[in-house]
Amino acid sequence: MAEGIKDKVAIIGMGCTRFGERWDAGSEDLMVEAFKEAVEDAGIEKKDIQAAWFGSCFDEVNVGKSATPLSLTLKLPFLPVTRVENFCATGTEALRGAVYAVASGANDICLALGSEKLKDTGYAGLPEFSQSLGTKNRLIFPNITAPGAFAMMATRYFSKYGLGPEEGKEVLAMISAKSHHNGAKNPKAHLRREVSVEQILKAPMIAWPLGLFDCCGVSDGAAAAIVCRADMAKNFRPDPVYVKSMQIALSSGEEMMYTDWDGTYVATAVQCAARAYEEAGITNPREEISMMELHDCFSITELVTYEDLGISPRGKAADDVRDGFFHLDGDIPCQPDGGLKCFGHPIGASGLRMMYEMYKQLQGKAGDRQISNPRLGLTHNMGGFPPMNLISISIVGL
Amino acid sequence: MAGIVSYGGYIPRYRIERKQVYKAMGWLNPATFMPGEKAVANYDEDSLTMAVAAGQDSLSDLDRGTIDAVYFATTTAPYGERQNAEILATALDCRSDIRSADFTDTPKAGTTAVISALDAVGANSLKEVMVCAGDMRIAKAGSMQEEIFGDGGAALIIGRENVVADFAGSYSVSYDFVDHWRGSGQKLDQQWEDRFIRDVGYTQFIIEALAGLGKKCGIEPKNLQRVAYPCLYAGDFKKIAGKLGLSQEQVVEPLLAQVGYAGSADPLMHLVKALEESKPGDKIAVVGFGAGADAMLFEVTQGILEIQGERRGISKHLAMRRELKSYEKMASFRNLLVTEKGIRGERVASTAFSELWRSRREVLALYGVRCIPCGTPQFPAQRVCVNPECGAIDQMEPYRFSDKRGFLFTYTGDNLAFSPSPPAIYGIVNFEEGGRYWFDLTDVDLEELKVDMPVEMSFRKKYVDEQFGVHGYFWKAVPVMA
Repeated sequence: MAEGIKDKVAIIGMGCTRFGERWDAGSEDLMVEAFKEAVEDAGIEKKDIQAAWFGSCFDEVNVGKSATPLSLTLKLPFLPVTRVENFCATGTEALRGAVYAVASGANDICLALGSEKLKDTGYAGLPEFSQSLGTKNRLIFPNITAPGAFAMMATRYFSKYGLGPEEGKEVLAMISAKSHHNGAKNPKAHLRREVSVEQILKAPMIAWPLGLFDCCGVSDGAAAAIVCRADMAKNFRPDPVYVKSMQIALSSGEEMMYTDWDGTYVATAVQCAARAYEEAGITNPREEISMMELHDCFSITELVTYEDLGISPRGKAADDVRDGFFHLDGDIPCQPDGGLKCFGHPIGASGLRMMYEMYKQLQGKAGDRQISNPRLGLTHNMGGFPPMNLISISIVGL
Repeated sequence: MAGIVSYGGYIPRYRIERKQVYKAMGWLNPATFMPGEKAVANYDEDSLTMAVAAGQDSLSDLDRGTIDAVYFATTTAPYGERQNAEILATALDCRSDIRSADFTDTPKAGTTAVISALDAVGANSLKEVMVCAGDMRIAKAGSMQEEIFGDGGAALIIGRENVVADFAGSYSVSYDFVDHWRGSGQKLDQQWEDRFIRDVGYTQFIIEALAGLGKKCGIEPKNLQRVAYPCLYAGDFKKIAGKLGLSQEQVVEPLLAQVGYAGSADPLMHLVKALEESKPGDKIAVVGFGAGADAMLFEVTQGILEIQGERRGISKHLAMRRELKSYEKMASFRNLLVTEKGIRGERVASTAFSELWRSRREVLALYGVRCIPCGTPQFPAQRVCVNPECGAIDQMEPYRFSDKRGFLFTYTGDNLAFSPSPPAIYGIVNFEEGGRYWFDLTDVDLEELKVDMPVEMSFRKKYVDEQFGVHGYFWKAVPVMA
């Protein structure tokens, strides 16, 4: 009978680069920047690492395929190194690989590092998809962008729950404004200015009904984690952070090609959350979760995720948004570091950047953004589009 | 006896007033002013897509399996080599054991294709032939042709059974008459002097063809109910009628003022218009002009009454009008303006033809499958059933979505995606009879869209890879035509 991985693995060190338009840094520079901080934070040496997982998504832009970019850059001594990619959960997948290796007993100490140089694509926004979605999809997919694909979920949500376009856009704007408020306090974030709801509502339309501030930017960054067996963790530091759950869920095809899914939620997230809560032993997420880093690629994603995670009741997340439930000083602070909204989304790194914030918050090292007495932190990634996607949910705590 | 079994038509929804064209370019040649308006293909339409639309109209709910040959007539084929008629035949879900041919190089090709079909059916060499014509003739900015040309398509199904108009005979003359020409590899037409074209060409050949037809079939043109012929010069158009002794009611009024001159599709569009307006017993002659002229004679049967209301033909399409106010948009759609496409428009993903071969019915004919155990239609074709309660593997039957209606489940207008006519509009369609997928939308503005609005599918140009000369086609959703 599988036991899950609750309390089998601890994070003992993390690093995170400054995210942004890092014209000054190539992929190797970002990897080294994140790695150095992680190793120093863990108080280990490179030779202590026994295996590594490398997350990068748009490899053709960054460094090409395989895990050699990481092993060659860090001069890892003939270690087992695996490259992973799972759309926007790539960073989390790197962590998951490292965590499972330790939980399985195959290794004692592992490295997870995710890195992405999206600013070298030459695109504003993500590169055009038809080049990378496959020979058949290239013939039949509509002319989508990520903002457009998610905008369609906003249209369905507004329609089902009777939100007029203005009211709906205002709720979404509050979500982004909240994140910008937090990011303004974060020296590692790309965007560090407060943005008001009025500014957000006046911003140019990207894909109706999502405007400029409803969409996260594209940036460069890297983040890393050192993990080890839970029973070894206190040898390295007094305040390790323990992994309670790591779950992912992939679309089955029914959202896209079958007519049951109503377009107002993320079907994978509901399944993933159920498994994550069971693995972590959580029965009342709204009461038990202290803080969250959700995948706010678009404000609508965050809104429906509040419901998909069982935090807000179905169709009622707007009430929680208006009440400030997810503000830094609210009941469950969400995106305390500023989120994808302020960091941008270097795909390979984001999952680990989220974990970095949960880790620092649990250790009381989040400075101006510190949440009082956090116990459990949840990170959530969403890769793909509402009708075909994958979700990762990770829960960590003391 | 061979004849017309069914007819179909297509006119692009966009219409531009000629005075808009004149306003933009009349400074160059003030003599180009013409009245009325013309039909303009949307950026995602071409001669092939219009021919498919006309073909679909003609096929209606008829069995596509009885078509033995598919002929495509055009002077503006997207491919110089890759048979355009076969792309058409695949899109219209015809069998593979058929003949296919492109008829091209002159506007007379439309009528020539029909006559060839009639001859084959008449000789019992083929049972049923579909002839589709489409033209999107592009002219130089500021030219007379730019005012005259219009885009459109027409289709006829030729057969022996359930004939709505019997074929009574044809007469053709062929001359190497160079009124206009376009060398291989050249993009745009050139033409010789107007007087030469009127006096030698239209005036002589049309009369020669109709007179010859009359003699062959034993009836003078002035005793026919309807006569359709093209002539781009208004004065000479009337003169020809006068010389043949035709009254105004007999002459099929040219679509010039509403559509424009649609090349090889033009005579067939006028024939369809005449058939829509006809009664059993009417004798209709139609002339195609170019490198000489073809004339064909038909006699309408009782059968016409059964299909007249059941086809969109010409009149319904004429009514489905959307104003195109911008000359610059028209010029940009037709690649007369070099426009900024940006990185998203310039980089075109390559086409894997081996993949297109395997999925040609899905891509060109919008074929999916239906699971036999649970009856769920699904697109694209799946081997494993998408119904979470079913999951059957390899128990599918082919299922065609192209003629199915649906509802717009959701949509967006995307300013980030490249579109020659922004914003890029796309959405998810739930098909009425089952199945769901996401598609680009076209021929509609964002403000007109509503969740759950009814949509139908339209064959369109999905992308053009200019570097490698690839025209990619697929289906888009459009609001259901009233």
